[in-house]
Amino acid sequence: MNRIEVENLNVYFDEAHILKDVNIKIPNNTVTSLIGPSGCGKSTFIRTLNRMNDLISGFRKEGSIFLDGNEIYEPSVDVVELRKKVGMVFQKPNPFPKSIFDNVAYGLKVHGINDKDVVEERVEESLKSAALWEEVKDKLDKSAMGLSGGQQQRLCIARTIAIEPEVILMDEPCSALDPISTTKIEDLIHKLKKEYTIVIVTHNMQQATRVSKYTAFFLHGEIVESGRTEKLFMEPEDKRTEDYITGRFG
Amino acid sequence: MLFRFISPKTSQKIMKTVFWASGILTIIILIIIIGYILLEGMKVINLEFLLSNPVDSGREGGIFPMIISSLYVTLISGLVAAPLGVGAAVYLTEYSREGHVIKLIRFGAETLASIPSIVFGLFGLSFFVVFLGLGWSVLSGGLVLALMALPTIFKVAEVSIDAVPESYREGSLALGSTKWQTVYRVVLPAAAPGITTGIILGMARSISEAAAILFAVGAAITVPISIFDPGRPLPLHLYIMATEGISLENAYGTAAVLVIIVLIITIVTNTLVERYQKKMMGR
Repeated sequence: MNRIEVENLNVYFDEAHILKDVNIKIPNNTVTSLIGPSGCGKSTFIRTLNRMNDLISGFRKEGSIFLDGNEIYEPSVDVVELRKKVGMVFQKPNPFPKSIFDNVAYGLKVHGINDKDVVEERVEESLKSAALWEEVKDKLDKSAMGLSGGQQQRLCIARTIAIEPEVILMDEPCSALDPISTTKIEDLIHKLKKEYTIVIVTHNMQQATRVSKYTAFFLHGEIVESGRTEKLFMEPEDKRTEDYITGRFG
Repeated sequence: MLFRFISPKTSQKIMKTVFWASGILTIIILIIIIGYILLEGMKVINLEFLLSNPVDSGREGGIFPMIISSLYVTLISGLVAAPLGVGAAVYLTEYSREGHVIKLIRFGAETLASIPSIVFGLFGLSFFVVFLGLGWSVLSGGLVLALMALPTIFKVAEVSIDAVPESYREGSLALGSTKWQTVYRVVLPAAAPGITTGIILGMARSISEAAAILFAVGAAITVPISIFDPGRPLPLHLYIMATEGISLENAYGTAAVLVIIVLIITIVTNTLVERYQKKMMGR
């Protein structure tokens, strides 16, 4: 079953045509990688899935995006509810300047969950799911800004899964991290895909092959090719895909 | 250019000395002024001076009612100007896009900041005292001072809120918060140290002002009980004592008390702000 279906999506910022006729289906409980050179529209695409682009002036889109069969740009859709279902992890770890506990509890509080026992339980569960609990359990009241970059990124993942989304969008989550932290995040992605649908933007093609079942290759705002990851990397159908994955450009 | 004729090494040395001298001079001036006032003022300051009413127009006795008046007007100005200034700053940084209205608000705040304080005083008399019928009172005085503190608080708050990284806002919104939840739970706490400093700067200006309240608070030398009572804040008392030749010694005493209050407020807030920042950033 498909969690997300995108049909004929075109995105413009003022006059600039950023995404062109994008069609893609993102299946349930799998990892889908988006690869492509800088400026090809991967990040713009991922940000239309939780409507983060709504915040940018001049944003305009045509076409449809369905989450569980419902068009997410319908006027009746509550953006707050949508973002609760479609979480996002950013390129640069962006914990709030609050305690580790408060960072994870943030989403819960915002959505009206104030019961102390429930919040504590969820914070612990989320930190465990994000493979961070052992490292921070004795300093939950300390500021999250004191954590290392890799820990901060896992905290951001914990913060996202605390509100139990269906989809987690990851926009180059490892690009600011060292190799060891990157491995930890990738292990985490493998664990999380059992429960969540994950869409990950990555510059790192090895990462795409390691973590994802499906891959889409973006170039100049279009999806050139998409499908099973091993197929796309081993026997690409399009010449441009082949050139990109063999390192001839990008 | 003059520096063309001397070696880079020499010009580096000369400029370093010039900047060092400017820094040292600034501190020396500050120390001389504060030191002189404290030295002169300490001659008359004792517990009785702080806690008793003035006698014979201030030739004898203390300045207790003036301290209370000062606290009254400063507190009122802070209570009125802080929410207004911070509110306007939030609107400008979070809820509006750059445009004519925004430019107008910013221009308004800057103009407000450059109006001479005696003009504020005159406005206070005709608007708060007469038109609104608040009379000569610490309330009227506090409101005039609020207008004067407003641009400072607004400007500093705007800069602090603007300095909050965009990634915090994105992180919050991506978790399904509304704009207001993001402002209230993430942006304002992150900007709190700067905002607090702005409020204190504004209130420090309020507590030091004489001209602006000259026509608004009256000049009563009794302790104001309600906000509708007239009073005589420290700077005004100082002004009257000095210009009417009542007692220069007690004028210095008053000045010293004023300086000490401002110093205490500044040092205490700076300490608290630093502590909060350390906790927030985990250092």
